[in-house]
Order: sequence, then structure tokens, then C-alpha cells
Amino acid sequence: MTLTRAIRVRVNGQLRDAIVDVRLTFADLLRATFQLTGTHLGCEHGVCGACTVLLDGEAVRSCLLLAVQVDGADVQTVEGLAPDPDHLTPLQAQFVEHHGLQCGFCTPGILMTLTAALRDNPHPDETEVREALAGHLCRCTGYQGMVDAVLAHVRHGTGGAR
Amino acid sequence: MSPPRFVGAPVTRREDARLLTGRATFVDDLNIPGVVHAAFVRSPHAHARIKRVDVSRARAMPGVLAVIAGHDLDLPPLLLRMGSPIPGTELRAAPRLALPRDKVRHVGEAVAVVVGESRYLAEDARDAIVVEYEMLPPVVSPAAGVAPNAPLVWDELGDNIAAHIVQRVGDPDAAFAAAPHVLRETFRIVRGGGHSMEGRGLVARYDGTLDSFTVWDATQMPHAVRNTLAILFGMPEDRIRVISPPDIGGGFGPKGGFYPEEAVVPWLARALGRPVKWIEDRHEHFTSAAQERVQVHETAIAFDGDGKLLALRNVFLHDTGVSGILVTPLITSCTVPGPYRIRNIHTEFRAVYTTLQPTGAVRGAGRPQATFVMERMMDRMAEHLGLDPAEVRARNLIQPDEFPYDVGLIFRDSARQVYDSGNYPELLRRALEEIDYRGARAEQGALRARGRYRGIGIALCVEGVGFGPFEGAVMRLNARGRVVVSESAPPQGQGYQTTFAQIAADAVGVRLEDVDVVTGDTAAVPFGTGSFASRVMANAGPAVLQAGRVLRERILSLAGFLLEAAPADLEIEDGRVHVRGAPMRSVSLVEVARLGNVGRGFGFSLPAGVQPGLETSSYFAPPQAGYSSSIHACVLDVDPVTGVVEIVRYVVGHDCGTLLNPLIVEGQILGGVAHGLSNALYEEAVFDEGGQPLAASYLDYVLPSAREMPRVRVFHLESPSPLNPLGVKGAGEAGTLPVTAAVAGAVEDALRPFRVRINSVPLNPSRISDLVHGQ
Repeated sequence: MTLTRAIRVRVNGQLRDAIVDVRLTFADLLRATFQLTGTHLGCEHGVCGACTVLLDGEAVRSCLLLAVQVDGADVQTVEGLAPDPDHLTPLQAQFVEHHGLQCGFCTPGILMTLTAALRDNPHPDETEVREALAGHLCRCTGYQGMVDAVLAHVRHGTGGAR
Repeated sequence: MSPPRFVGAPVTRREDARLLTGRATFVDDLNIPGVVHAAFVRSPHAHARIKRVDVSRARAMPGVLAVIAGHDLDLPPLLLRMGSPIPGTELRAAPRLALPRDKVRHVGEAVAVVVGESRYLAEDARDAIVVEYEMLPPVVSPAAGVAPNAPLVWDELGDNIAAHIVQRVGDPDAAFAAAPHVLRETFRIVRGGGHSMEGRGLVARYDGTLDSFTVWDATQMPHAVRNTLAILFGMPEDRIRVISPPDIGGGFGPKGGFYPEEAVVPWLARALGRPVKWIEDRHEHFTSAAQERVQVHETAIAFDGDGKLLALRNVFLHDTGVSGILVTPLITSCTVPGPYRIRNIHTEFRAVYTTLQPTGAVRGAGRPQATFVMERMMDRMAEHLGLDPAEVRARNLIQPDEFPYDVGLIFRDSARQVYDSGNYPELLRRALEEIDYRGARAEQGALRARGRYRGIGIALCVEGVGFGPFEGAVMRLNARGRVVVSESAPPQGQGYQTTFAQIAADAVGVRLEDVDVVTGDTAAVPFGTGSFASRVMANAGPAVLQAGRVLRERILSLAGFLLEAAPADLEIEDGRVHVRGAPMRSVSLVEVARLGNVGRGFGFSLPAGVQPGLETSSYFAPPQAGYSSSIHACVLDVDPVTGVVEIVRYVVGHDCGTLLNPLIVEGQILGGVAHGLSNALYEEAVFDEGGQPLAASYLDYVLPSAREMPRVRVFHLESPSPLNPLGVKGAGEAGTLPVTAAVAGAVEDALRPFRVRINSVPLNPSRISDLVHGQ
């Protein structure tokens, strides 16, 4: 019953090939097949947002897609934002400064949503930031630190997510 | 000692960079060679006899390594006898098998387990297992559990009472009989879960050569897991290493304790000779992780015409679920009196088994219920006497000169409930100022005239935190001249790697960047208790401080030998030890470590009096709990038509003693408020009359997002605790405690024209609509 397909995906700029079960989820393709474990699974029913990645530039829930559906796509995950932990992006640096994360489990998905949101609206006000984050659940922070991080990022005029 | 450089500073977290870049290591990220995956078959019924488990089809399926049901699992029952803090009482509990053989006792109870080469294959086989049940009547509330002829959850016990504890202070009966005013109310508090964004999970590996286990477990209590496994497997604890991964995706209580999966997964790893991983999915979290909070309180207060409390009587039922802990309702019973001077108290509870999923502690652990009960009564007293709710609170607060203040009860740490320090009147004064209480009251009438229903709520609480028994720290200087701090308790987002580095750097006198922190590994610190009850900083903090001071002495003693100087004349600076006033006479910490940990050369004798081994361990056991305090004040609008509550202003005042890292403490408070607000307005674990969970996904069980959360203003008081050398208490749960009370008070205040009575939460739109329409 395990049908397989060959797929090719560009992940964080790198072309990758894989033979996958047709039922393999996109999230498991990233986490298990490609060992990109920065994308997390919080609910596996599309509500918590922890598994959010960019698919052809749009923020999507990787738990709700199958690997075969992303054949030929361009994918960006949290691992693709900064070259390494010593060189954070300006937005990531503001998350540190404003204590925008605690356990950090939901954070990668949030960063990916913000990457798309700030590209589309580089100067959001607080209401718009909260609206952009509304598809994510965080149980640790009460969101205030991450909202402040985004607002500081916008204020400092570094623009976009980079 | 020089003044602290790092303790007290808002140091940004060293954990953040790896978490922000996707380089963290959560338990499901571990890539253990040869690992196979477990999937559990779970009961669809709340209460049923297991007639037959047919695994034959599942065993024959591709990629399946094992299918195990109760009769296949040769482990002794999980029976964790924990003494009661209250003499003469106990938690009555029956032996519980990790996989039951006779009957299931809640929806979601694990009945069998499949191990497959992948989680996909394991779940395929899981669906091929047939379990035949004979239905039994469920017990879905504590009231049903104590009803005559109630079905028995645990036949062996003869009834469903898990515990019955009464504590009395003064002469409450006489005080009630003589009091000019008495008010009585019934309060109902509903179930909620932890809902860490990462579920539970573990990987177990068995090494047959050494007859030893390594278990990576996203637990709040690695030492308790290790100790329990040692008993279950009949092994010395030294051959079981339990590691809480450095990154755990939140805990909030339900990752504490010991679950059946934590016994079954290591058993499978040994039986199969393969590492076995199990990761809880969200549905499993909804049905098998511990929940908390269901209580029904019958509360009475006696008071005089000036609003002075004379006596308190609080009797409640606590839903223990299929299994639970004694301390949660005990904490409730002790927390009710709060910051108020009450000389006559009767507090009593019965904890009752039900056929609902296990209970334990969820952020607050019994305290939010207590705060709700007491603060609702304070509002009712104010209303009864026609006094301002802030004023009646002020008239009853314990004053700063009354510490240590003995409440008269025994707290859950088995010590007398003696408040160590605080300044409750100042908390109240400052909160009223920050929320602009007078302004809010003044505009309330005008707004109401315009059809806008604005309410103001205040709630205070005192929170027993930071109790023992102990935590430990092991500290050493390694060959690279770095201070390595191993500390027993594991973090779930609280920033231990940062805070303990601050304490250690100050104690040893090195730079922050010279310190590495290891947490939650039983091989690094052999004994420990765990992260729960806002207790780690008051236990592990002083342990790290003590170890750091000893390590500093050792470093200076060895450096003194190398520099031919008295240790008292030495200073540590920028990775080197030098003679004060003569910076050229110095040695590096690397050289000191070489002398202390390697020697001058192989076979060379050390000079007399020079102690080798730059390593020390330290344990700290506080004599009793410390007592943090807080106040929440909120101003909100209620739309009586839509039932929507909109928070206008929210202020938190908090006193957890000395602030070690204000940035992190504030984060703890803000997260706690979100959890409390979720309890106040949104979340409820609903079960039907058959014990089926009706809210077992995030579509039905609502958690707030950034859009729902208001901006929260936090201020701190610092009343140092005299119970430990850091003066610290605890902050992890404080933000959650008074929220339901403050919000309920404000909503009732807003809807006063409708004469609503709010004795339960959550106040979701349909509930508010019901209240407005008198239902």
C-alpha cells in the first residue's frame, strides 16, 4: 500500500531530491527526510502554527500538506533565515532583546509567518502585528515580547524580515 | 564578596539564538541511530471492562516489531506512595498497571502499544488491533463520585474518596455564630489542561553490555522518572540515566509526575534491543496528559459591619480524575485565606476519583481556584456592606510589620504556613494607582449612561512557592578554563541557562561568557526534585551560589600556590587570576585548571595543603516555602448583546523577593497572565455525561492568540525572602493565579445593572449571554 513518488524541492536555496511515500506529510519530509528539525509539530491539525514554513513565498502549515504536493516548489524554513546562531537576522535579534520567546517551540513558525507578513506590509502597527500573529499559539509568552520585538524591528527601519 | 555584577540585571537569554535559528534540540529532534517508534492504542470509553485484546492482525503487518498489551508487560504496578504533609491523612491509591489488564478508567487510557519502523507503520498496525469492551457506568464529576452507590473507579478502595483533609484555625464555629454578617456562596471551577506547544515524549535506549538505560524525556522531573524506573525495573538508579533535553517545549505541570508511557517505552527498548521513541500527539495530550482545576466550593465568610473578616469556612470537592496528587487540593485549601488576616478558619476538602483523565498540576496547581473563591467573596462582602471593593481588601490585609505571619495551617511542604515577607498594602496602593482606579470608577457611571458596560476588578493572592525538599548543583573548572555548572532541575522555557550562569558568574567571580550551564541530567547531578511549583530558583539558585563560592576558594588557593601569594590578595579578571595591584603577576584559569585537575605532571606530587579536583557539589534545602504575592487589576468592557469581553487596561503587581533577571521574571508573569486569561474567558475541557471529551482539538478548545491578549503592565516589589541567601521566592505561576478572579470581578461589576452573579468561569460569549438573560 506504500506508493512512492520522486520529488524535487528547493529548500533554503538548495535543490533536494527524495523518494517519498505518497502519504508522507510535508512536515515529516522536512523533519525526518531532510533533518530540518527547526520546523515543529504542535497540533498536527493546522491550528497552532508551529509548523509554518514558506512555500513559494507564502506562509503555510506544513502539517496540512503532503510531501508530494510540494514537488517543484521553493521552500524556506527557519534554518534558512540566518546563516548560523552567531549571525541573527535583525528581527531575530529583536526577539532576543525583547524576550519574545521562552521555550521557543512555536518560534520558528512565528518567524516564518512574520517573514511573509513584513514583506507584504513592512510597517505594521500593533494591531496589524497582532493580526499577523493570530494564526499562532504560544503558551509561554503572552505574545507581548514578540509583538514588541516586531514593533522595534519596524521602528528601527531595518524593513522586511531580514 | 564583591557586589553582584550579573544577578539582578536584565541579561538577554543565551538560549535564544539556537531556538531562533532552528538549531535547538527538542526530544523529537534527537536522531538516535536505529530508533523505532511507538504508538499507543487508547480506550474510547470512560469506564469499561477489557474483554479481549486481539493483536494477531497487527503483529503480522509490515514494519511492526512488537505489539504489547497489558498481559505481556511484566512490570510491577505504578504505585507511588507519597506521604501526606498533614499527619494522620493519606492519598488513598490503588496499584495501577502501566497497561491495564482488567478495565479502562478514562477515555484515552493506553491499552496496548505497537512498535514500528516508522510512526506511520506503527499507527497502521495500531488501527488493526481489536479490543472488546464491556461498558461500565462512568463517574464524570466529583459529586457523582461521592453519591450513594456510585460506580467504583478503583474497586480495591471500596469508595471513590482519594483523600479527605480538614484543617482548623481558631474557633470558626463560635466566630460564625457570633458574627454580625455571614455570606455563603457556591463556586464551580472547570477543567483545563497544560497545553505546552510541545507534547510529552521520550526516547529510551537500553545498553545490554552495561545493563543500563539512557532515557531522553521531555519531563519536568528527570530524577523522579529515574527513581521510578529503578523501582519498576529492579535496577540500581546509577544504571539509569534520565536526561531532560536542554530544549523542552513548555511544561506547565503536566510534564511532571510519571506516566504509563514512561514505563512502557523503556521496557520496549530493552525487550527489542532498539531505541524506542514515543511522541505525544495533540489528541493524546487532550486525552491522556494530566489536567486540573475541577473543584466545587461551598464557601462562607463571617465579618463585621466595618468589613473586617472574622472567619472563613471553605469546604470543597476536588476532581482527582483516574489518578492524581494530594498536594493540588491541599494547596487550594491553604491558599484561600490569601493576604488577609483571618483568625478563624475551617478548611476541608474531599478529593474524588472519577473516570476522567488523570489530574496533577496545571500552572497554578490549585491556587487559581483558591484565589477565585476568596476574591469573589471579598467582592461580595463589599457589595453587601456598600463598600468599595478595594477598601474592604485594604481593611483586611496583613501589614508589613506582621511578618513572619503564621496563618495557622500546615502547607503542602509539611511546614507551618508562615508568610516570610511581603508588603501587601503597597501592592494594592500601587496597583490602584497604575490602573487609575479612581479615574476608572469616575468614568464608569458616565459610560454606563451611554450604554457602555465597564467593570473594574481587583484580585490579590499569596502563593506558597520555592519549597523543598532540595535541588543540587555540581560545578567545576574545565581544561579550557570554563566554569561548568550542572544543575539538577530542567527548564521548559524559563531560561535556566541564563539565570544560573548569572548566579555562577557572580559567585566564582568570572565573566558571564566563561560559564556553561547543564540542566536536568541525572548523570550530571545525581539527586534532584524537579521544575514545578515555582520552586527552582529558591532551591537550585542557592545551591549554585554555594557551589560557586567553594569553587572560587579552590581556584584562588591553587592560583595562590602558582603565584606565591595569599589567596586573599588575588582577583579573577578576564579569565586570569592576578595579584591585586600587580596585574602582571597572573595565571590563566586554564593553568589553574591544569594544576588542579591534571597535576604538575604525571606522577608529580602536589604540595601539601593544595587540594586537587576543581569540582564541588552543593545541595540546598529551604526550611519551608516562601510566599510570593501579587495583585491584578483590570478594567474591561462587556458587550451584553454579543457577550464579548474587551480588556481595556490590565496591571499586574508582583513580589517574588529578589529579582535575579527582571527580563525573565516579567516574561514569566506575562505568560502566566495569558494562561489565566485563557481560563477566565476561553478554555474548558468539556466532557459529556458518558465521560467523552467534547473539546479535544484546538477547534473546540480555544486558546488565546496575540489578537485576544491585551497589553499587560507589570510592576515589581522586592521583599527579599529570609529563607535563602539569594532572597528569591518564585515567579513561574504567579501570573496565572489572580486572573480569573480579577476578570470575573470586573465582568460582574460591569454587568451590575443586570444583577448577574459570577461564580464560575470561563466567561465566553455564550456564558455571558446566558448570565445577562438570567440563566
